[in-house]
Amino acid sequence: MMKNLIPDNPPFKLINILYKKEFILFMVFLSIIIINSNISPYFLDLYNLIDSTFLFSEKAIIALSMTFVIIARQIDLSVASIIAVSSCVLGYTTSVGFDTYLVISFTLLSGILCGAFNGLIITRFAIPSIIVTIGTMSLFRGLAYSFLEDQYYNKFPKFVVSLGSDYLFGYIPYAFLTFIIMSLIFAFILHRTIIGKRIYSIGNNPDSAQYTGIDVDRYTFILFTLNGLFSAVAAIFLSGRLSSVRPNIAFGWELEIITMVVLGGVYIYGGSGSILGVVISIFILGMLSFGLGLLNVPGVGIIIFTGLLLILSIGFPSFVKYFRSKNE
Amino acid sequence: MLFISIMIIIYRRNKMKKILLVLSSFLLISFNTYADDMRIALVVKGLGIGFFEAAAEGGEEAAKEIGGIEVIYTGPATTTAEAQIEVINSLIAQKVDAIAISANDRDALVPIGKKAMQRGITVISWDSGIGEDGRVMNLDPSNTALIGSSNIKWMKNSMGDEGEFAILSATSQATNQNAWIEEMKKEFAKPEYSKMKWVDTVYGDDLFDKSYQEALGLFKKHPNLKGIIAPTSVGIVAAAKAVEDQGLVGKVFVTGLGLPSEMKAHVKSGAAIQFGIWNPIDLGYSAVYLSHQIASGAFKGQEGECIPTGRMGEICIGAGNSAAMADPFIFDASNIDKFAEIF
Repeated sequence: MMKNLIPDNPPFKLINILYKKEFILFMVFLSIIIINSNISPYFLDLYNLIDSTFLFSEKAIIALSMTFVIIARQIDLSVASIIAVSSCVLGYTTSVGFDTYLVISFTLLSGILCGAFNGLIITRFAIPSIIVTIGTMSLFRGLAYSFLEDQYYNKFPKFVVSLGSDYLFGYIPYAFLTFIIMSLIFAFILHRTIIGKRIYSIGNNPDSAQYTGIDVDRYTFILFTLNGLFSAVAAIFLSGRLSSVRPNIAFGWELEIITMVVLGGVYIYGGSGSILGVVISIFILGMLSFGLGLLNVPGVGIIIFTGLLLILSIGFPSFVKYFRSKNE
Repeated sequence: MLFISIMIIIYRRNKMKKILLVLSSFLLISFNTYADDMRIALVVKGLGIGFFEAAAEGGEEAAKEIGGIEVIYTGPATTTAEAQIEVINSLIAQKVDAIAISANDRDALVPIGKKAMQRGITVISWDSGIGEDGRVMNLDPSNTALIGSSNIKWMKNSMGDEGEFAILSATSQATNQNAWIEEMKKEFAKPEYSKMKWVDTVYGDDLFDKSYQEALGLFKKHPNLKGIIAPTSVGIVAAAKAVEDQGLVGKVFVTGLGLPSEMKAHVKSGAAIQFGIWNPIDLGYSAVYLSHQIASGAFKGQEGECIPTGRMGEICIGAGNSAAMADPFIFDASNIDKFAEIF
């Protein structure tokens, strides 16, 4: 029998670092950087690297709140559809001439409402989140389609456009900056506060968490609402960057976001994972697709690479276990 | 371009059963770039679409003819603006000399087009245009007005001058399809079509499955439907397939814009009587040729210029820095075999 170690306060040994998922991920990240910079002379270019962050920052922002959701043994497949709804709200409120701060408030509110709707159905009726959010994935997307029909929005407040496409001090894109700041805040909440501890214990065993006095439903509701809010934040950045909103905006992003989280070592059945791992995995995926893009590998190739990487790095501990047990 | 990365795992069975993970041997051989060649990227709406594969062939032909050009044929896996922006971003990073784009979204590609031009890259759009601020010039495959009116004429020739027909388009915001539909409306207003009834316009998003479903939806919603105009190479095949699968050959006729090779079987089956398209080989050829002419500094790509474009003769740029290549070409049972071999 293998002994399960409780990850709190393990005795420090250098060799233990090697076992850590984050270490393996970091090694994968380093290899990608090394390989990429050897293959393409354009990879290690400050401007190029900065520009490449545009392509994953919006997804990364949602991946942070998705990490909480997955650690709490839930899943949310409706995030991309919430982006579509919030983007429509953004476009609509702009088109009727609201002030910028009202436009942004309504957009955020729409995300919160969508997320709260998910949370309410899941907690009130005790339906598994995967089923509820598969439903709302179509529901929200359908709302966007029926609202926009064949139309699209291409006018947005200057502030939103600038958020989506400009740089702080000419170097740091706002979306990327937001992602970095949010990841620090999320890491603090998850790893240094009682809230984080409770989320872990909910994910490990919701029933026993309930018995220890944690209001599991309340946490679940808040986490889904938070996920909706962050989808709306991503929607603002994305619409600003594209300057165009169509109902199929961000199509298929939910799986890319979940891939980011799961590749980051967050256990899909909840209870374990870290923000650091997710952040590294976001960079891995970002640099991988940017590097492959530089080699003009077609999009299909990038999807294949991502899938392989996911299986390899998630399966790595299991592979090791398998081979070790064979040797014994 | 060869790299091998080997992860060696050493198992130590004694003592603590430690695992030593050794990340080793990066055998890296540097990648040669052709710094001397002019690199022109031909960016399409999505890879694996016959029309664009043919355009790529034309692009290669132009590159060979001019010499000293490397054509990078690329595009996203999904036909969305986000995915296309990602592709263009990596082309900017590679500092290519010119990018010729068939756009998935007229507005969404303007910022990235502007950025490319700021970095000194020549950006033109072809087939499906980008907004004026995001490119130097735009090359339309044909005259928009003529394509629109031709589609209505082909429909009349196929189904007769009486009955219901519908449009099955690409995405609802596709620049070119929408412009053609506008022109179709103008042509349709003429008295000779007074007995024909335009009952619906649906969008298949240039995806085969979705287009097929939309076609089935049309049959259900309009039981008296006699014709479908699909001004997209994906939609027309899907519609023709749907007509055949539902046993509606001879009752519903499909026309629009399609590739002879993909439509050959459907012309033979009778699902389509006649349809048209411009030659995508010529289009890819002209896009690369024009990109070279502008990127090399010989021309500016401004209104009023007439740019020599190899075997296509001169292409003259009109209002809005936009130019038209040639008239659409009609295919039917008499010539489909011959052209199906070509593209």
